[in-house]
Amino acid sequence: MKSSTTFENLPPWLEFFTFPSVNVLHVLLGCIILGVSAGLLGSFAFLRKRSLLGDALSHAALPGVCMAFMLTGTKNPVVILCGAVFSCWAGALAIEWIVKYTRCKEDSALGMVLSVFFGLGILLLTHIQKSGQAAQSGLDKFLFGQAASLVERDLYILGGLGLVLCLIVILAFKEFKIVSFDPDFAQAVGLPVRLVEFSLATLIVLAVCIGLQAVGVVLMAAMLVTPAAAARFWTNNLSRMLWLATLFGGLSGAIGAYVSYLSVKMPTGPWMVVAVTSIFIGSFLFAPQRGALARARRHRLFRQKTAKENILRTTYKFAEQAGRWDTPVSLNELLQHREMSTAQLRRTIHRLTRAGFIEETHVGLLHLTEAGKEEAERVTRLHRLWELYLMTKLEIAPDHVHDDAEEIEHILTPDLERRLLLELEGELTDPHGQKIPGSLAVVAEEKRRK
Amino acid sequence: MMSMDSVWIVLIGSLVATSCALVGCFLVLRRLSMLGDAISHAVLPGIVVAFMLTGSRNIGFMLVGAMAMGMLTAFLTDVLSRFGKLQSDAAMGVTFTWLFAIGVILVSKFTGMVDLDVDCVLYGEIVLAPLDVIEWGGRNFGPRAIWLTGIVCVANLLFVTLGYKQLKVCAFDAGLAASIGISVSLWHYLLMGFVSLTTVASFESVGAILVVAMLIVPPNTAYLLTDRLSYMLLIAVGVGILSALGGFLLATWLDGAIAAAMAVVSGVLYTLAALLGPRHGVLARHRAHRNIELHVEEADELGSELRS
Repeated sequence: MKSSTTFENLPPWLEFFTFPSVNVLHVLLGCIILGVSAGLLGSFAFLRKRSLLGDALSHAALPGVCMAFMLTGTKNPVVILCGAVFSCWAGALAIEWIVKYTRCKEDSALGMVLSVFFGLGILLLTHIQKSGQAAQSGLDKFLFGQAASLVERDLYILGGLGLVLCLIVILAFKEFKIVSFDPDFAQAVGLPVRLVEFSLATLIVLAVCIGLQAVGVVLMAAMLVTPAAAARFWTNNLSRMLWLATLFGGLSGAIGAYVSYLSVKMPTGPWMVVAVTSIFIGSFLFAPQRGALARARRHRLFRQKTAKENILRTTYKFAEQAGRWDTPVSLNELLQHREMSTAQLRRTIHRLTRAGFIEETHVGLLHLTEAGKEEAERVTRLHRLWELYLMTKLEIAPDHVHDDAEEIEHILTPDLERRLLLELEGELTDPHGQKIPGSLAVVAEEKRRK
Repeated sequence: MMSMDSVWIVLIGSLVATSCALVGCFLVLRRLSMLGDAISHAVLPGIVVAFMLTGSRNIGFMLVGAMAMGMLTAFLTDVLSRFGKLQSDAAMGVTFTWLFAIGVILVSKFTGMVDLDVDCVLYGEIVLAPLDVIEWGGRNFGPRAIWLTGIVCVANLLFVTLGYKQLKVCAFDAGLAASIGISVSLWHYLLMGFVSLTTVASFESVGAILVVAMLIVPPNTAYLLTDRLSYMLLIAVGVGILSALGGFLLATWLDGAIAAAMAVVSGVLYTLAALLGPRHGVLARHRAHRNIELHVEEADELGSELRS
């Protein structure tokens, strides 16, 4: 098998990279092509919120494969591929028809096409097997796929198809993009939406058929959904997402080929899926903006900020009532006015002290610092401004405005604050008769600037 | 004319169809049709691990392993869509294909140690079911599959009858359910539990894909024929049993897999209902539409006559 003798003594995990036989190279290239085209087209299915379309269509390919074999009696890959494309396509049309003309929902349409077409395929397959046609063995490889069986001729077909798919996506990128995000808008600007959708569905069908031989029907669904779903965590930009999905798909194709080279028993398809799902899990957890950990962190930071601002405002209120801004307040007083546990209050006060907003002079007694006073005034100002705004501009009763202000005081930006101030110019007392701290200065500043 | 084995086969098929139709109606109404597909694939690693741990083909262990995987699928889908803000269908697709891939890897890794046929799990061998009988004290108690599918069928029947009100409210108006004190997520997971149970119990005899067909095709057929949930359940069961019978005949005629033929027949029944259904069928709608058009035309003519 080995074409070169110089690398004979390498361990298998290194030997792979010298491509000891042409077959290894074939499998590797085939898997990469498959991953790339599935990642690319799967992204569009994902954006159209039809992630499971690939699942349904890849099952729907089976009856076509069997019929092509029954009609021609050969296992010629071109013939089989044509059969698969034809029957996938029939499946796609059936789904459209069910959604459009019956009251059944899209998920039901997908499931029904999947199971009934697949049932038909199995029925034909068993019929062929029992009728004893000699050449039938290997037809069921389409169910689970067998990347190792890829030969040079298959590779040309797959490579050619993959190239055509990529070219079409590049050329029709704008149309696909508009139709994927906003079909109504596409209609309005005069795009042939139905034609675009139809060609998109056809491309997805082709991508499915490319993968069938290597990974089989079930796992093909994964190669369509998972790279796109993983890529979505990293970016909000479509072309970047397509690049990433393509990369993830191709990479996991290569990993699948590599693992099945190391262990002969290991099937390629499932390892491809495990590889791409690992990438997905990594993205799900660690992606900087949309990842789960980043979200959880943002959430926690926001909760901390809310707690800090609430304590500052309450301290300020006590001080205001006492008439001096550095009046000390006890922990118990704070606890009575804020719904938080003692531990949470302790942690929040610790953070405020570290930020220099609060000082604890005696045990259990604390007062605002100069910086703390300013920050507290800002939050209080936002709170009271909002109450005032709701009451005067939206004519909401004074006893209904507090809860809303309680939430929005943590969100209002300086820009919004300035605009609120200008809007409410002249009124500097909130609905409950309290002064709005610091507002005079801001209004004066704004006037001076003009 | 039909041999005893054929009677057993049709009976097993009907029991599976009944179990599936009962829980399937709620899947369809809650727009979770693909969850049946997801669960039926995802249970594979559960079955394999149960095999490996216990080293036996004991159906009890298999059921437990598979149930755990079924619930895990529902749970992971939930987690991914909630914490990753992922569309729930994509979350489902990622989860079940991953679990299935792990299952296939485990099968090929331990293929020498585990006597487990993937083909059998996926397409089932209902033909062999009558051969595997329970004998106790020298007496023949009938095929094992009959007992298994029968017990699951009764369990599903009990679940749907006892939880009818809760399931109904959850299916049609989750908000209302929550406001009258029904825990939507409890009933969601209970439903998922029963879907997993049904899937696994039906596996051996009919295989994964047929389970999907039986879970959603008869309920959808019934959905086209009625607007009442109770009728929908009854019609779905009827259509399921009819598919089992028809599938058996078709498979005998074509000499093919019986389970697959049942799926095909259910598809044919659905198509008939979609075309010919009395109120929601395509033809009936078309006719109603034309009647309105005729009516409008008549009224227009009358109007123009009056005006002139």
